[in-house]
Amino acid sequence: MNPNPPITEDDLHGYVDQALAPERRAEVEAYLASHPEVARRIAGYAGQREALRDAFGPIAEEPVPPQLSLARMIEARRSPARRLPWRPAVAAVLLLAIGGGGGWLSRGLTQPASAGIAALAQEGADTYAVYASDRTRAVELGAADREQLVRWVSNRLQRPIAVPDLASAGYRFMGGRLVATPHGPAGMFMYDDDRGTRIAMLVRPMEIEGDTPMSERSHGPVSGVTWAEQGLGYTLVGAKPADVLHPLADEMRRQISAGQDSVKL
Amino acid sequence: MKDMMILVEPLIPALRRYARSLLRADAAAADDLVQDCLERAITRWHQRRADGDARTWLFTILHNLAVSRLRQAARRGWHVPIDDADEAATARPPTQEAGLRHGELLRALDTLPEEQRSVLLLVSVEDLTYAEAAKVLDVPIGTVMSRLSRARERLQRTMDADAPASGRAPILRRVK
Repeated sequence: MNPNPPITEDDLHGYVDQALAPERRAEVEAYLASHPEVARRIAGYAGQREALRDAFGPIAEEPVPPQLSLARMIEARRSPARRLPWRPAVAAVLLLAIGGGGGWLSRGLTQPASAGIAALAQEGADTYAVYASDRTRAVELGAADREQLVRWVSNRLQRPIAVPDLASAGYRFMGGRLVATPHGPAGMFMYDDDRGTRIAMLVRPMEIEGDTPMSERSHGPVSGVTWAEQGLGYTLVGAKPADVLHPLADEMRRQISAGQDSVKL
Repeated sequence: MKDMMILVEPLIPALRRYARSLLRADAAAADDLVQDCLERAITRWHQRRADGDARTWLFTILHNLAVSRLRQAARRGWHVPIDDADEAATARPPTQEAGLRHGELLRALDTLPEEQRSVLLLVSVEDLTYAEAAKVLDVPIGTVMSRLSRARERLQRTMDADAPASGRAPILRRVK
């Protein structure tokens, strides 16, 4: 008859997590019965486990909020137009880009930003403040020169850059330009709707935080939604509440991810 | 996409719980992260290995997003006020006594490094096997075990230190 293998620390945790086969479990139980100090420690671990389950368990009992409805997300992905039910509301929103942008510019500077996502958000706001308010020359290359613009920006950023299409959300691509940031060149693409309301996306390579979930920032009437994927950072800025920009940013990100396999142009 | 509904939808409550318990953030911030996770899952559904386990796959996506958010916050020097987090992270204030006990435990949990906290939560609360946790964290299973061991030891020590002296503090000694 083989002697039982010695009880290991891993066995003890397996015991706490109820992950042992019945025979091994019995052996651990026998061991604990003759080693009260270890048994006390293991009882403490089991208590921790129960307390953690107790503390966090109720979260999983909460009703799932509508923003996490998988059916809606899939549906929205299938028909991008339908993920933007607020389309009529777009018209109602302001043309305060100048004042709002300026306001954000001065407020935002109170917090120094590093090279990461926060910096990108700030650069997007700055760029928006300068160019969205420019009624005569907001973009350097217009929509007609899209290919040339994409080549230009891709060359300078040394990455293939795609221009998302927001037509289904009621936004026309106006064109764009290369802009300067403290972290090198960035591409700026601008869109407007029938009322002339402008939104702008800024894209640049990220030295840090190159894969970061979406976050929203709002200062006064101007908001930004910022994220990074595969080393490129994006921020969508407009004189709109962040929750209005968010679905547009989702759509942009969706198109960018979908296009990664076969970037056009 | 139909298989996705069937496989992913039932996991959403657990994903919310893991996001909130790991980030120790309020429900809205944690749910934003889960939303991000689900959107990525939808986009990448076809890229996942057909024989892979959907739960492990989703927890991996969520975990990586959460860690990147935690590091981002750490870099900016953000700090979640512990008192706020306690209230936000636990779903309900139970009885007063239980509430106190939870508060103590959650404060102790906050003192753990993120890599130990994640193992502890994945294994203790989310019921992932050690092998699944290793996959989610992209570390060998031995690392999962040593992190789990350190997490439990440290949690115990912190809670014992906080508890009024009663002589019942177990002697902590590694058996290995």
